[in-house]
Amino acid sequence: MSAKLRVATVSLAGCFGCHMSFLDIDEDLLGLLEHITLDRSPLTDLKHCGPCDLGLIEGGLCNAENVHVLREFRRQCKVLVAVGACAINGGLPAQRNHLPLGAILRQVYCNGTGLAAGSAIPDDPELPLLLDKVRPVHELVQVDHFLPGCPPSADAFREFLGALIAGRPPRLDGPLLRYD
Amino acid sequence: MSDTFFLDGEAIPFSPGQTLIQAASAAGKYIPHLCWHPDFSAHGSCRLCIVRCGGREVAACTTPAAAGLEVENASAELDAARRTLLQLLFVEGNHFCPACEKSGDCLLQATAYQLGMLDPHFEHFYPVRPVDASHPEVLLDFNRCILCELCVRASRDVDGKNVFAIAGRGAQAHLVVNAGSGRLADTGFALSDRAASVCPVGVILKKGAGFATPIGARTYDRHPLGARADGAKTAPGRSEVRR
Repeated sequence: MSAKLRVATVSLAGCFGCHMSFLDIDEDLLGLLEHITLDRSPLTDLKHCGPCDLGLIEGGLCNAENVHVLREFRRQCKVLVAVGACAINGGLPAQRNHLPLGAILRQVYCNGTGLAAGSAIPDDPELPLLLDKVRPVHELVQVDHFLPGCPPSADAFREFLGALIAGRPPRLDGPLLRYD
Repeated sequence: MSDTFFLDGEAIPFSPGQTLIQAASAAGKYIPHLCWHPDFSAHGSCRLCIVRCGGREVAACTTPAAAGLEVENASAELDAARRTLLQLLFVEGNHFCPACEKSGDCLLQATAYQLGMLDPHFEHFYPVRPVDASHPEVLLDFNRCILCELCVRASRDVDGKNVFAIAGRGAQAHLVVNAGSGRLADTGFALSDRAASVCPVGVILKKGAGFATPIGARTYDRHPLGARADGAKTAPGRSEVRR
């Protein structure tokens, strides 16, 4: 294989921790960049995802914009990966699922302490509406691989990306397989 | 006087009245299980201990050992079925391991690691069951319950208090506290009860004691469950490039 793999990454309802754990492969990033080119990613300036070999999705779905972005990634990426606990089962953000959405927004923007008088729930159409529940990505689109962890360890990223570049199935077991 | 049956071709001795999992466990052989516990009678709800014998799948925790019986435990097919059972348990509850005090000490999680569960596959239920923090020493997070009834059995049969029960039917079945108020504080439950320490997941938790063990030193960090039964080291399925 001579051509570099084109890889896009995104954080939906994520904390960017999975991206940090990816960067935790440290100097192996230099070797990795011999084999991949980054497309749309928080690490590049590209605004939309072009045709890619691989898409890494961090975070679950919490708002309408997440849904549009995830669909764009599924359209453009040959192989889509749910990275981290949030993308896989909603993660800790899904702990909001037992609360009514309106009550959460009123608590934060209307009734919370330290708010200026007249504070209200933001309603500009520029802002994406929240979904009633946080959802994992496989409930919206077909997902080809899952990389568990909160976040997955750098070693898990090394194994996973190394395997895909080498064209073999990733082996996630032993210490590489963690949900916490 | 003991007889033997065959587990994956290996002779396992047993005494009359022993179940397959009792004899296998006594012989140091691991059969995946969640609701079975050597100190309690069999329950048969988790189905993780399914094995093949006589041409069909049976629960090793309820099937009596019989002389000469051929039992298959280590197979890719059985592990696939067990992974599906685990996925069902994970989506039925709120198993957010990253914030659970039982992470690393949880039998459900350790079993899922051992069987290589990478994804939940199914849609999440996201149950909404309020935490019971009424008791001064123990809190209950019902959203992690796998209905193994170990606390029910321990409280009833060992502690003699009958604090817990399963109520409801079908997908609505859930753990309840046997008190008029439904609150743990209104029972005779105590931290020293057997039922307080028997939960294999993160439902029954000692207050003020979470996250005390360093990562790397927790139960299943130090002693992961037995090696993959099928010997496979490859993540299951879905490796081909699509579209």
